[in-house]
Amino acid sequence: MSELLKRRFRDQIKVLFGREPSKPAAISPKAQEIHFYKRGNRDLIAEKLHARAHAEHKHKWRNRRWATLILVNLLFVVSFSFDVQLLEGALTASRFVGFHLIDLNSALQVMLAHKHVIRNLLIGTLTVAILWALLGGRTFCSWVCPYHLLAEWAEKLHLYLAKKKLVTDQSIRRELRTVFWVLFAVLAVVTGYTVFEAISPTGILSRALIYGPGLALLWVFALLVFEVFFSRRAWCRYVCPIGLTYGVVGIVSPLRIKYTLKDCFHEGDCRKVCLVPHVLDTVIKGRAVETEVPIGPDCTRCGLCVDTCPTGSLKFDVKGLSKLM
Amino acid sequence: MSEDKPTSSATPAKPPLSKDRRQQARRRILRTILLTGGVVGAAASGFLPLVYAQKPRLRPPGALDEKDFLASCIKCGQCVQVCPVQAIKLADLIDGIGVGTPHIDARAQACDFSCDAVQCILACPTGSLTYHKPEFLKVRDGASLAAAPILKAKEKDPEPTLNLKERIGVARLVRPESCLAAKGKGFKGQARGADFDGHLRYMDVDRWKPIPVADHPYDIAECDLCVRECPVKNAISIETVFAPDGSKRKTPVVHEPCVGCGVCEMICPVEPACIVVEPREVWKA
Repeated sequence: MSELLKRRFRDQIKVLFGREPSKPAAISPKAQEIHFYKRGNRDLIAEKLHARAHAEHKHKWRNRRWATLILVNLLFVVSFSFDVQLLEGALTASRFVGFHLIDLNSALQVMLAHKHVIRNLLIGTLTVAILWALLGGRTFCSWVCPYHLLAEWAEKLHLYLAKKKLVTDQSIRRELRTVFWVLFAVLAVVTGYTVFEAISPTGILSRALIYGPGLALLWVFALLVFEVFFSRRAWCRYVCPIGLTYGVVGIVSPLRIKYTLKDCFHEGDCRKVCLVPHVLDTVIKGRAVETEVPIGPDCTRCGLCVDTCPTGSLKFDVKGLSKLM
Repeated sequence: MSEDKPTSSATPAKPPLSKDRRQQARRRILRTILLTGGVVGAAASGFLPLVYAQKPRLRPPGALDEKDFLASCIKCGQCVQVCPVQAIKLADLIDGIGVGTPHIDARAQACDFSCDAVQCILACPTGSLTYHKPEFLKVRDGASLAAAPILKAKEKDPEPTLNLKERIGVARLVRPESCLAAKGKGFKGQARGADFDGHLRYMDVDRWKPIPVADHPYDIAECDLCVRECPVKNAISIETVFAPDGSKRKTPVVHEPCVGCGVCEMICPVEPACIVVEPREVWKA
């Protein structure tokens, strides 16, 4: 990794905790060359208009992701209601054919509230930590979390209403998520009760699916209403500590989205569909520090940008694998 | 004045924000505070039920003391999944503190130990339900059982005991005046009526499969259902007691081996039940 990418890597970790991405101080000569070539290039503008006119909407990754998300949650439901014993428990803690799997944030909350480390818990936590470190931490968010799917549908409604100028997205400072993470950790320690688990829409929804609905769903509904009428994807963007925990786990993940500067028209369609557009700052004209830039750890690997990009400049990538092949 | 002129020697200061931008920034901070308040308020509302639901709930066997239980339960419901009689339910928002934590409503469906091994403890990933309480956690006086409880169903097995060190509650005759045994009455019919869907293991019917209580009608001369169906040996018996006026009558008496499973409460044919389990209660000699 070049010095410039290393600097960007460190910068992206700060972005994960809520800092706004900064303009790069230096750009590699090769990237500089491409940036220069693109500036005021009439051919490129014509090509761009052509590509835009012929762009077709793909939903390849979205469909795969929705199928995976529904399948995983269905597996929980089926395991209990038909007693298949394949994936027992709920998203907070489960057993996959006997192996303990424990949600990292739930495990953390329990350990902080209980103030003791339990061996079974540690084993399950480790398994999950390795899994998500490999797959990219926040992959959990968009590929597994049931609230993400509901929020995605609510987001569609929000965008529709926003287009009709009936609502506007009220953005909120992203540092808030880090503040909440600390706040919930402190609350768990002080009260000796897993406060976050009581309001986590992920846990509530997962349990409602498996064990039947309850009044706690009202809270989930309230969150969705807030997101539709007030602030786009507010819970996932500004509150959820699960996202931050998994984001940290996925910092070193080999699976990520990779940006290639060469073909990019810098139209920013990808940033418009993205849950975390601050990770895509590199696609802004003149920002890419190298010809190829990996996307940072706050990315949920949802693939919406990959589907949207008309030029294939954003792609799923496994670190090292492309070199091997 | 000279102060108004931009000085070329100093590093250029950030241009002041326009009025619009300043207003935007201020609104953004206000919204941030609003969302923080909202989420914290919602989180605090998790404690609200505590105000109106102080009633202690019966936790599954092997549960840690309430405070430790609430701290360590990860709310996954694996205990719910393994219970053969579906005695364990997860708490909803109005059931008091601990949304998603397991509890047992003994009157509706008690734990009859028909799993033989206390499977819920085995399933628990966090040790909220445990066979061996770790040393750093205190055992309350009277909570520990004098001896491992002997399961009547396994009495003839080489290992007849349950792996249970502490009781989850103690049964108590709360309405002796309506107890059929005390009145010297018998009982005929379905213990809890035809609509009751609670299950119980009847050894003479099926060793492994609990059946609906409604499918097992009784016809007994003197009611002793609580003693008859108690899964634990020597936990309860019908004794003859003398009233102050010298008259004798019979009454169920709870003994030390009672683990607080609640089968007596479930099977009691009187409405409301004469005998109930007091959750988290300890044995007082």
